Amino acid sequence: MAFVAPALVLVGVFLVFPAVWTIYLGLLDYSLTGSAAQAPTFVGLGNYVTALGDPAFTRSLYLTLLYVGFSAVVGQNVLGFLLAWFFRTTNAVVRNVLNVLVLLAWILPGSVVAFLWQALLDRRDGTLNAILGTTDFAWAIDHPMAVIIVFNIWRGTAFSMLLYSAAINTVPRSHLEVARMAGARPWQQLRDVVLPTVKRHVLTNTLLITLWTFNDFSPYLLTGGGPDNKSEILPVYIYKEAIIGGHLGYGSAISLLLLVANLVIAVAYIRLLRTRDPEEATT
Amino acid sequence: MSASVSPAPSAPSASPPSAPSARSRAAGPARTVATRSLVYAGVCVLVVFFALPLLWLVLTPFSPAPSYRATLSGFTFDNMAKLFDNPQTWPSIRNSLVLAIGSSVLVIALAALAAYALSRVRIPGRDQLLYALLLLSSIVTGTAAMVPIFLMLFQIGLIDRQVGVILVLSGGLLPAAVFMLKDFVDSIPKSYEESARVFGATPGQILRHIVLPVIRPGMATVGVWALVQVWGNFLVPYVLLSDPAKQPAAVVMYTFYDAGGQPNFALISTFALVYSVPVVVLYLVVNRRYGFAFQGGIKG
Repeated sequence: MAFVAPALVLVGVFLVFPAVWTIYLGLLDYSLTGSAAQAPTFVGLGNYVTALGDPAFTRSLYLTLLYVGFSAVVGQNVLGFLLAWFFRTTNAVVRNVLNVLVLLAWILPGSVVAFLWQALLDRRDGTLNAILGTTDFAWAIDHPMAVIIVFNIWRGTAFSMLLYSAAINTVPRSHLEVARMAGARPWQQLRDVVLPTVKRHVLTNTLLITLWTFNDFSPYLLTGGGPDNKSEILPVYIYKEAIIGGHLGYGSAISLLLLVANLVIAVAYIRLLRTRDPEEATT
Repeated sequence: MSASVSPAPSAPSASPPSAPSARSRAAGPARTVATRSLVYAGVCVLVVFFALPLLWLVLTPFSPAPSYRATLSGFTFDNMAKLFDNPQTWPSIRNSLVLAIGSSVLVIALAALAAYALSRVRIPGRDQLLYALLLLSSIVTGTAAMVPIFLMLFQIGLIDRQVGVILVLSGGLLPAAVFMLKDFVDSIPKSYEESARVFGATPGQILRHIVLPVIRPGMATVGVWALVQVWGNFLVPYVLLSDPAKQPAAVVMYTFYDAGGQPNFALISTFALVYSVPVVVLYLVVNRRYGFAFQGGIKG
């Protein structure tokens, strides 16, 4: 149908094509400046060999896994679920206040949010130091990873909260009633009634927030990857290598490694979703 | 259901049935009070955690001595006056509007066409294709494809042009937009179109007079969603636009520093507020008007 064509063209040119081109560029020695800019040479898997042997890359990968694991898979997931679970029974005022605050953290523009955190954590005048009475405590320099992890929990919990709120609503009230009659405590209700029902939502949510966090560039606005590259997660590393350093071939190779990592995660999650299905049907 | 109807609590006390229940009643409130206060302490911590960074955005624009510290030391509109006098303020907001509205309109138009077609045509693998694109878009729009996108725009002469940014952002948003809109189109009864076709309506007429009016709420939702996404996007315009006169608010906010690298607090705080208000307002409007109308919002 002719109606699909424009969308397909746009998606093809600006989404699929760049993804495919990444594969090709990763095989070249190609830079914005210097001799490699004039005549890109084909180096095969050279960039990948360089990347995998480069301690800067492996450290960046390790930091990315830390970042994704603590801020998204554990942080946003657990906090989002707890909020959704808590909202189920709490009074409207508390729920609305907390809800609005969590949502604001999510919908405000990234640049604004990053500056708000700079103001919060500033070494000399930061609000946090003022409240804690600590002077000259440079949070972003002494604990850069902790800072960007906490920041991302603050920033992204809203999505998990919304998704889990919707998911918990799908648990039939009668099931919870029966559990309560049987003397199940809230914790037991959660474990035996709610979690089995929302298992699929947990997987979907974890998949989405994992992918988003993997590609999150906003820590750059907080720490710039520093100090000493201590918070240089992969998107920041790619940006520094490719755009600032001009090493386009190398940057593309790392991009592809990032893409592959994402795909592996996505496929693993989808596998998990599939295998859970029949089990659920039988139990 | 959970088989934890444990007879255990009553077993140890072989006393009359009233005794265990009395004891549990005594232990119950104490335990609930303890957990209650624990929960509310947790809530307080969370409220502080989520509110603390936002404090600066609310207080500093009106502070007589704006700095990193969020304080309530007075009230003034001087900072606002400075913002309105700054030559970069309105051009950058205008650029943000151009990018956001441009992408949003493009996304709505193409997504509506595509969603209609995909909803009505049976192609094998259609759902898988959509799902794959959705996945790809959530991956690629980040940093992973920055290099090829940069190069591609460089070679087709769209680098440092707002059209380029609009096209790139739209390409990234489209799969999700089609996904959302298809839900709406799916809910239109086929009989509507059949009767129109009987009277000789062309596909274009069907789209214009039947489909579009019905999916308008969906288009509004998707449009606002796209608008908010583009409005807040920092990376794409930051990488693709080098001319300061073309940069949107998200990027310009980071230029309000003096020569010593010290931020100009009066400008940044007011600018951040002015720049944030539209998304918050839009979100509230959409939430109130369309809420969670993502499925089955249309019943003819």
